[in-house]
Amino acid sequence: MLLKNLNACIAFSLFLFALPSSAQTDMDGIMMAKRNLCSELTYSHASWTHYWEGTFYRDNANIGKVSAQTIGFMSNYGVTDKFNVLVTVPYISTKASAGTLHGLKGLQDFALMGKYKFWNAEKNGFYMGAVGVLGITTPLSNYTPDLLPLSIGMHSTNGVGRLILDVEKKNFFTTLSYAYTTCSNVKIDRESYYTTEMHNTNIVNMPNNSRMQIRAGYRKNELLVELFADRMNTIGGFDIRKNDMPFISNNMDMSRVGANVKIPIPKTNGFGVVANTAYTVAGRNVGRTFQYMAGLFYIAEFSQKGAAK
Amino acid sequence: MNKKILFLSAIIVAAWGIHSCRRDIKDRSLTYPALNPLKADTNAGNWKPILLSSASEFPVDAPLAVTSNDYKSELLEIKSWQANITDEQQDNIDYWSAGSVLRWNEIMRELVAKYNLPPYQNADGTYPLPNAANPLAYPFFPFANPPYAARAYAYVSAAQYDAVVAAYHYKSKLKRPTPHQVDNSVKELIPVTAAYAYPSEDAVIAGAAAEMMKLLFPGDQSYIQQKVTAAKNARIASGANVRSDWDAGEKLGKMVAQKFLTRARNDKAGKAVGTPADWAKLATDVEAKGEVAWKSLESPARPPMLPLFGNVRGFLMDSSEVVMGRPLPPPLTNSEQFKKETKEVLEFSKKYDREKLRIVHFWADGAGTYTPPGHWNAIACEDFVKERFSEARWARNLALLNMALFDAAICCWDAKYYYFNQRPSQADPNIKTWTGVPNFPAYVSGHSTFSGAAATILGHILPSRSAAYDGMAQEASMSRLYGCIHYRSDCDAGLKLGKGVGNKAITVAQTDGAE
Repeated sequence: MLLKNLNACIAFSLFLFALPSSAQTDMDGIMMAKRNLCSELTYSHASWTHYWEGTFYRDNANIGKVSAQTIGFMSNYGVTDKFNVLVTVPYISTKASAGTLHGLKGLQDFALMGKYKFWNAEKNGFYMGAVGVLGITTPLSNYTPDLLPLSIGMHSTNGVGRLILDVEKKNFFTTLSYAYTTCSNVKIDRESYYTTEMHNTNIVNMPNNSRMQIRAGYRKNELLVELFADRMNTIGGFDIRKNDMPFISNNMDMSRVGANVKIPIPKTNGFGVVANTAYTVAGRNVGRTFQYMAGLFYIAEFSQKGAAK
Repeated sequence: MNKKILFLSAIIVAAWGIHSCRRDIKDRSLTYPALNPLKADTNAGNWKPILLSSASEFPVDAPLAVTSNDYKSELLEIKSWQANITDEQQDNIDYWSAGSVLRWNEIMRELVAKYNLPPYQNADGTYPLPNAANPLAYPFFPFANPPYAARAYAYVSAAQYDAVVAAYHYKSKLKRPTPHQVDNSVKELIPVTAAYAYPSEDAVIAGAAAEMMKLLFPGDQSYIQQKVTAAKNARIASGANVRSDWDAGEKLGKMVAQKFLTRARNDKAGKAVGTPADWAKLATDVEAKGEVAWKSLESPARPPMLPLFGNVRGFLMDSSEVVMGRPLPPPLTNSEQFKKETKEVLEFSKKYDREKLRIVHFWADGAGTYTPPGHWNAIACEDFVKERFSEARWARNLALLNMALFDAAICCWDAKYYYFNQRPSQADPNIKTWTGVPNFPAYVSGHSTFSGAAATILGHILPSRSAAYDGMAQEASMSRLYGCIHYRSDCDAGLKLGKGVGNKAITVAQTDGAE
């Protein structure tokens, strides 16, 4: 029972200067069983030296290599076999290897997601499922978003809706997902800013964004090995001007490929390790990020009365 | 199951809430009411101009009689506009009704922000220079950095002021009534308080601005011309002016601007970039005194920003006054004071303080913004809107402010390149900064000089706000220390230097006949 749920537990990823961190779990098609709680602690590292300033691909000796380290905590609870609740809390620290700019750190955005498996079927050995996810993310601290690329996040409160389709046959699976994120306006510390025109206000209208992902691999109870590709893009936003700094309402697009693995630790009754990596293959107004993550998870099953197994 | 539905509903409601609380952003500039001056300042034609020898230096043709057929057809033009006013035209009227000096100041700030980006390096690690003769080829001309911006704001504001003085002079002399006074079936869609319509004060303001901006922002001439046309249409459609009121004003404004353009072409700003030999000499001169010379902290190293800007001819002081008023030297590199101040910066660097970071970013006004002089223009405009000044007084007050900011830039740049001292992060590479390090020497702080000058002249114009302005200047000054890009003595000496320049502007204010 426990092992079957391992797949529902996977890690955070941080898309430096593009997206708030998010748990991968909200993009897979797997559900935690009723009264199972998966908790996960991860460390991830993301960095880039080159970035796209609009479409111009460049590096910048005044920042060198920009990196972000994240400690993430995530929890996924099976309210029922078909309905899970997920929460995530990331702590992020950024730095630039060159130049004088100070890095920033702090608690980033809290995410609360409801994940509902509303349809499933089995035919000719194919297991199919459709999952809907709705969630909100909101900043946990008063960090500034207005010092990109060193800000730890965008400081918007977001609503996320995602549809996931999952097909499996003989432990081989493919998952497709599409998500739309609506972002609240963001308040910054200065009273005016220039995008493609002057704005005499401290409020920034953030572009929404969408994200498509395909993932495929092998999963068998305790084990998961998969590859993924995804594309995130903001709907609207403007290009960074030549030799300007990035801004939170830029038009940020990125395409990535990556891999996830999850391995349970034998004889530990619920512990396991997770790891992933991702690389940005194309983008606009984002860093060409390479990232990796490693973490530890633990699954507890609660009895009817609420005590851990 | 019910709980599940409840939970899902809560999330849907929250998500919808996030979605619907977007987008309705109130840009301050669109909240300003139509200008309805408390005092008409009809005697502004007697105020003392800045460059004009007298208000009548440039001639204005006598207007056609209001009984003439040409004038009547101009009235018909207004009526035909007013009969079919579109939403777009109404928005345009509302926009310009807030005041022409205000709107042209906002347009200037926008152009400064647009052009305030340092050029990207060449492949060999050198930097290209913007070329005024080819403004749309990269790197775009101008690089509207703080000294460039201060000069631009000053020239436009000063030219507008002189043009307005000339316009008011001719208004009183030629006494052409407003369209509504001639024909009361012409509606006034905005408050019209001027007793006489010819030449239009809004037109001289537009003409002077547009003509000056051709020199200052040559890459955006068509954008500027669109704004002139929009302003003209607003004045005519609103019933405030007939076309000939406007045309005479625009022509006068352009003639006045020519006088300022001639001066601007010879104010040495064009030579402020200097040559590689000039840059090298700055370092050797300082090293000969046993001090550490400034080095660019950019990579690749960028030549210092406008090192000869201290030689530029301002409006309030001549070169000898600039040199005589130069601040005393900063703490010597080997002094205890220097070590103490560097250590203080390091302490600010080590300690994250969200409120101090807010202050740093509030006042940073770095690349891609309208610069500190633009910020002080924005502050002044916010307050002037509430004061309901006449266009003449708007022009005069912004001219005083921007002349002070321009001369502050000159004095500050003179000190920076005379002492050519290092930034804190050069003295101690452990000092990491909370904002970008400007590419010029530390002493004295530009933000502090600008802010000292602006707060002083603004405090004279609006005595009730004087303490508030001093508080803002103090905070702007300290923001540079909190940001770890200046030593405390840069800030203190800059504020003091700026206040001295502000006092020069007060002297002008006291003698220009407007008080």
